[in-house]
Amino acid sequence: MAYSEKVIDHYQNPKNVGTLDKSKKNVGTGLVGAPECGDVMRLQIEVDDATGMITDAKFKTFGCGSAIASSSLATEWLKGKSITDALAVDNMDFVEELNLPPVKIHCSVLAEDAIKAAINDYRVKNGLEAIKFDESVVH
Amino acid sequence: MLKFPIYLDNNATTPMDPRVFEAMKPYFLEHFGNAASRNHSFGWEAEEAVDYAREQVAKLIGADPKEIIFTSGATEGDNLGIKGVFEMYASKGNHIITATTEHKAVLDTCKHIEKSGGEVTYLQVQPDGLIDLKALEAAIKPTTILIAIMYANNEIGTIMPIKEISAIARKHGILLFTDATQAVGKIPVDVNKDGIDIMAFSAHKMYGPKGVGALYVRRKNPRVKVTAQMDGGGHERGMRSGTLNVPGIVGFGAACELCRLDMEADTKRISILRDKLETELMKLEEAYINGSTEHRLPHVANISFKHVEGEGLLMGFNKNIALSSGSACTSASLEPSYVLKALGLGDDLAHSSLRFGLGRFTTEEQIDYTIKAISETVLKLREMSPLWEMYKEGIDLNSIEWAHH
Repeated sequence: MAYSEKVIDHYQNPKNVGTLDKSKKNVGTGLVGAPECGDVMRLQIEVDDATGMITDAKFKTFGCGSAIASSSLATEWLKGKSITDALAVDNMDFVEELNLPPVKIHCSVLAEDAIKAAINDYRVKNGLEAIKFDESVVH
Repeated sequence: MLKFPIYLDNNATTPMDPRVFEAMKPYFLEHFGNAASRNHSFGWEAEEAVDYAREQVAKLIGADPKEIIFTSGATEGDNLGIKGVFEMYASKGNHIITATTEHKAVLDTCKHIEKSGGEVTYLQVQPDGLIDLKALEAAIKPTTILIAIMYANNEIGTIMPIKEISAIARKHGILLFTDATQAVGKIPVDVNKDGIDIMAFSAHKMYGPKGVGALYVRRKNPRVKVTAQMDGGGHERGMRSGTLNVPGIVGFGAACELCRLDMEADTKRISILRDKLETELMKLEEAYINGSTEHRLPHVANISFKHVEGEGLLMGFNKNIALSSGSACTSASLEPSYVLKALGLGDDLAHSSLRFGLGRFTTEEQIDYTIKAISETVLKLREMSPLWEMYKEGIDLNSIEWAHH
């Protein structure tokens, strides 16, 4: 299977690989996927409490090239976005931007789930209720 | 000069040896006759070429040329050998014993047989990939007519104890079928010394052309017959109808002869390269060899690099190195290799595996490059892997409740 150029570029030069201090109250961590499924994504966001803006984002991913590219792209998109705008990111946005083939759609779903999980972790840490999301359709 | 891409997937198929190609050439345009044409020189030439190739093939495996049935490849051989016995020996019983790590061509043939009123026992293998001989013997019933166990595994290279399996089969008067696709031409296989009754193998795994293979069917002690699976002109002693693929068969014969003559030298050279590759890659932390290292094909290595996903790993160098992985990230089912899972490997390790198949044309320079490229990619991806970070922090990954997708 041939990968799109954008996937290859993110794979070769991943953006924002790393770890944020999860003990900090304004850092939200989303860990999704499972080793047995061949994909685990960890996405972290740092939020400016005053403005609700995401000031930093980092990822680490165990998975195929498309999974790595999806999470790398997610961090790029999240930086500078408000939490509200971040919640609007849809898995199909990844599919379109990275030209993912049908067999790799689950990577985009995982990326969307990781964003939501990170935001919920941030919310819970700050005394807010976790948002309930509908089960994603494609898994 | 190192030329890219480097081919290290010789278990999938081998490049054709140029000497084999030379032998085949005249049989496309010049000697195009049908080996079954008895009335003119075109047919005679073709028949003569086929007879010669039949001798070359038989000699490699210690068989009589009359015991060689040419097929389109090992998948056909597996189907003909297993279904053919099931139908031919229906009055004796309907039970077949095989193993969970067999090739799909054997497993799916057995499933077909189950639908046709047969009974099949699928033996589990031990963690090293070998079958337990006691379990094999215990599985035998009065209705057992066939044991179908591969000679060597295509994913991990594990060589089964065929002689011992044969002794058990003989003791109980059961036929032994073996898919020897990965073994013939690579290690000494002798149907008499090994006690094999029926054996499928293929040309394209031993530097011959694709689309041609053979089924060995024993003629003496015992005389074995298989029911044809294709109706037609009754070629190949009535067991396999269809005009013979003369150029392919000529190439197959040449490939067998080269393997017979070069095997010792090839094996020595290739196993040194395999061992170098393996020793160097095993210097990486948390790397594991899959399958037996004692009973293994000399050109195969299957290694899991924990906390790195196989397909992601391949992407780091697949522009320059052709390899295969036990990860099935590309398949819709997302199921990793069933062979690795049968060894008792967790899905995570199965997803992290690479299969190396070295061959006659593999060079030391290629292996050196491969060691470097893979080591670098593993290290790079581990820096990117949340599992690696957790492992390094001493977190037990099994203690985490993963959201299963």
